[in-house]
Amino acid sequence: MAGHSNYVPQSAAAKWLESRLPVISLMRGSFVDFPTPKNLNYWWTFGGILFFVLIAQILTGIVLVMHYTPSTGAAFDSVEHIMRDVNFGWMLRYLHSNGASMFFIAVYIHIFRGLYYGSYKAPREISWILGVIIFLIMMGTAFMGYVLPWGQMSFWGATVITNLFSAIPLVGEAIVTWLWGGFAVDNPTLNRFFSLHYLLPFMIFGVVILHVWAFHTTGNNNPTGVQPKTKQDTLPFHPYYTMKDLFAIVVFMIFFSWFAFYLPNYLGHADNYIEANPLVTPAHIVPEWYFLPFYAILRAVPDKLGGVVLMFGAIAVLFILPWLDTSKVRSGAYRPLFKQFFWIFAAVCVALGYLGAMPAEGIYVTLSRIFTAYYFAHFLVILPMLGFLEKPKPLPASISESVLKGGSGKPAAAAAAPETK
Amino acid sequence: MGFRYRLNIKEDATLAHNTDAEEPNRRDFLYIATGAMGVVGAGALVWPFIDQMNPDASALALASIEVDVSAVEEGQSITVKWRGKPVFIRNRTETEVDEAKSVPIADLPDQLARNANLPADADASDPNRGVEGKENWLVQIGICTHLGCVPIGDAGEFGGWFCPCHGSHYDTAGRIRKGPAPENLLIPPLEFVSDSTIKIG
Amino acid sequence: MSTMIKMVRSLAAVAALAIATPAMAAGANVEIDYQSWSFAGPFGFYDRAQLQRGFKVYRENCSACHGLRLVAFRNLAEDGGPSFTEDQAKAVAAEYTVVDGPDDFGDMYDRPAILADRFPSPFPNEQAARAANNGAYPPDFSLLAKARAAQRGFPWFVFDIFTQYQENGPDYIYSLLTGYVDAPEGVAVPDGQYYNHSFLAGEFISMAPPLFEEAVEYTDGTPMTVDQYAKDVAAFMMWAAEPHLEDRKKIGFRVMIFLIVFAGLLYFTKKKLWRNVEH
Repeated sequence: MAGHSNYVPQSAAAKWLESRLPVISLMRGSFVDFPTPKNLNYWWTFGGILFFVLIAQILTGIVLVMHYTPSTGAAFDSVEHIMRDVNFGWMLRYLHSNGASMFFIAVYIHIFRGLYYGSYKAPREISWILGVIIFLIMMGTAFMGYVLPWGQMSFWGATVITNLFSAIPLVGEAIVTWLWGGFAVDNPTLNRFFSLHYLLPFMIFGVVILHVWAFHTTGNNNPTGVQPKTKQDTLPFHPYYTMKDLFAIVVFMIFFSWFAFYLPNYLGHADNYIEANPLVTPAHIVPEWYFLPFYAILRAVPDKLGGVVLMFGAIAVLFILPWLDTSKVRSGAYRPLFKQFFWIFAAVCVALGYLGAMPAEGIYVTLSRIFTAYYFAHFLVILPMLGFLEKPKPLPASISESVLKGGSGKPAAAAAAPETK
Repeated sequence: MGFRYRLNIKEDATLAHNTDAEEPNRRDFLYIATGAMGVVGAGALVWPFIDQMNPDASALALASIEVDVSAVEEGQSITVKWRGKPVFIRNRTETEVDEAKSVPIADLPDQLARNANLPADADASDPNRGVEGKENWLVQIGICTHLGCVPIGDAGEFGGWFCPCHGSHYDTAGRIRKGPAPENLLIPPLEFVSDSTIKIG
Repeated sequence: MSTMIKMVRSLAAVAALAIATPAMAAGANVEIDYQSWSFAGPFGFYDRAQLQRGFKVYRENCSACHGLRLVAFRNLAEDGGPSFTEDQAKAVAAEYTVVDGPDDFGDMYDRPAILADRFPSPFPNEQAARAANNGAYPPDFSLLAKARAAQRGFPWFVFDIFTQYQENGPDYIYSLLTGYVDAPEGVAVPDGQYYNHSFLAGEFISMAPPLFEEAVEYTDGTPMTVDQYAKDVAAFMMWAAEPHLEDRKKIGFRVMIFLIVFAGLLYFTKKKLWRNVEH
């Protein structure tokens, strides 16, 4: 990282520091002078947006903890105390609860950007795998955070999700009891979830550093998928991408504010404004929207263990994705067949999300099964085969050449198209 | 077109020697405006994060309490809690009052009354410390003005209060006489709403 | 910018399907009679007179069974609410009795409520409430307007993002209160229950029709009808559930204006910076 720095300490103090702890050249090499492909489009700004949302969640979370009481008798009322009495409490709480949804919106776009442009392919496998790990920790954090207000959905969501582990043969029940610290979700569960909900974001932060370190070692991917060849292909990260990312972050904040200030309860569930009652399950339990596709996969399988295995398998398959895609071409922009399958896959994921919110009966179950099968087929059958069957479009010689022909992928390919036909 | 062209030229010229303190041009203005807006936004954003630590609405609502003092005999004290702090309410004996009155104000380390019901510059005479019209009653916040410990009653070299933490002595009117405390014990806003009920706050 | 526009377009297409409805509650067939509320939309605000009337309906008609435990008497006099004067709020508080203590003898004692107290609940606990109401539990009103929502269904839940529809609660409460209709032929209503075509948890509700014409005296000339009472009390309950709604929308508007202008400036700054780069 520091290797990219053009920094030469000038003052005596700077030289003194540099020879002992080269933190300035490290930061400059990573976020100022770092050579970044000049053709990154706005889909690439979601990394910066995610970093912003992570920091926003950590900051609002830290101040919410100053007023929250993690105990089954007091949690619900302490959240209402925040909403009613604490100065700006309602704002901080709505920013935090909607922030979780924003985090997932941004992360899903970020993941699909990686899928489309082949950012998981060599040599960026480690960065991709670290990303999947971040995604997993995010899911755990969001799930445990949702338990904290101790509403009906908090309680029953916690019950249902922890019960997934009971599907494990032999030790399942013991694991669930261990997770609960009792014989049902109760005060010990709430307290440990609170503790972990506070801890995990900092673990995410740590893995994010590794994630960035990894793709700063290999260099960013870019819309052409072609590695930068000369200095003309790159720009220093600052000020070009700092400003571009900042602009994108502020646009994203507009979207965020629309929900946090005008639709604060739209993405939540009304039942969570009812205090948890261990004796009554709400009529229709639904996880938060960002878990719905996985929830649909879980329910698609009639077998308890099978459902749990498939649900975790849906994420596990992402870990081996770099070795499932056999294509030599990185960017989807030059892969006409892949492109179509990509959009089908995206539509299937959205459809699974919709089905996850529907009751598990009739046509919804049938469709869930079809789409679940397709989800796995995309990774395990289509991607490996496409590499052999597909005839990719010719790649530009360099990023600069692609740019001169008018942008990433399409126009360049269109210019080349007559020759290939 | 021509206008734009000229503007570009001007910009490039500025770039060439932008170290000079020249008239800000459009580009500088854009950068300054954007930067200023960012600073304003960051400033506005910080405020809710700071203000959330101030006392909340439920804490502010508990600003006043009413205390029945009919059972407090002469020479006795009670301690009540107001805003999370102890308040000493003492029905002083005549001797205590006389003793407090006999001290010349010039001898006091802190010569101000520290009474929230009086102007800030009122002197520390005994009538200014006691309750108006009921001079035997002394109501004060039981927090040593040194570093916040709770002084012990009927103790110390002056027959009033003594703070065990760092040895501050208060007299029978709650005035600091000896030790590190800088001020007399503070007197909260109060009034007798009836003969036997004090409203504090 | 063209990638930006393309992105917005493809995101909108995906979002139209991706954002699942928040209120997939049971009761797909309930009748919701949508009302226009003063507090809807980006510039929404509570109608003070309506909240005061709604509070009167609550006091005289609902409070015998339904609590309001998260609302404090001081809230009645706060900005953005019914805006009673402090003396009026004190007078309301003084009519309620709360338990305090222990006193010097270790006993709990009753005293009139003060502004800092919250509304005491009519029943000490759920069991007592059920025992007094034939096994039914009258829910507390403090959050009810946010804790109830009828299913919106596709495509309404997509439009709701753009219209900022968040009044599911008051619409449901209004519909329920005016939803006592004759049971359809062939439907036998169980003893001690009532047919209501807006009830989320089934067609029979244990609460008898609570509102009657002229049951509560309005002195400002507002019609004293069931319809009006239902609307007023639903609005009051929305305030009880979301007392900072006005602040939220006012601050939200300022935040929006700021962000849009800031984004505009950043866009031109970014464009200026990139003007000599082929990308």
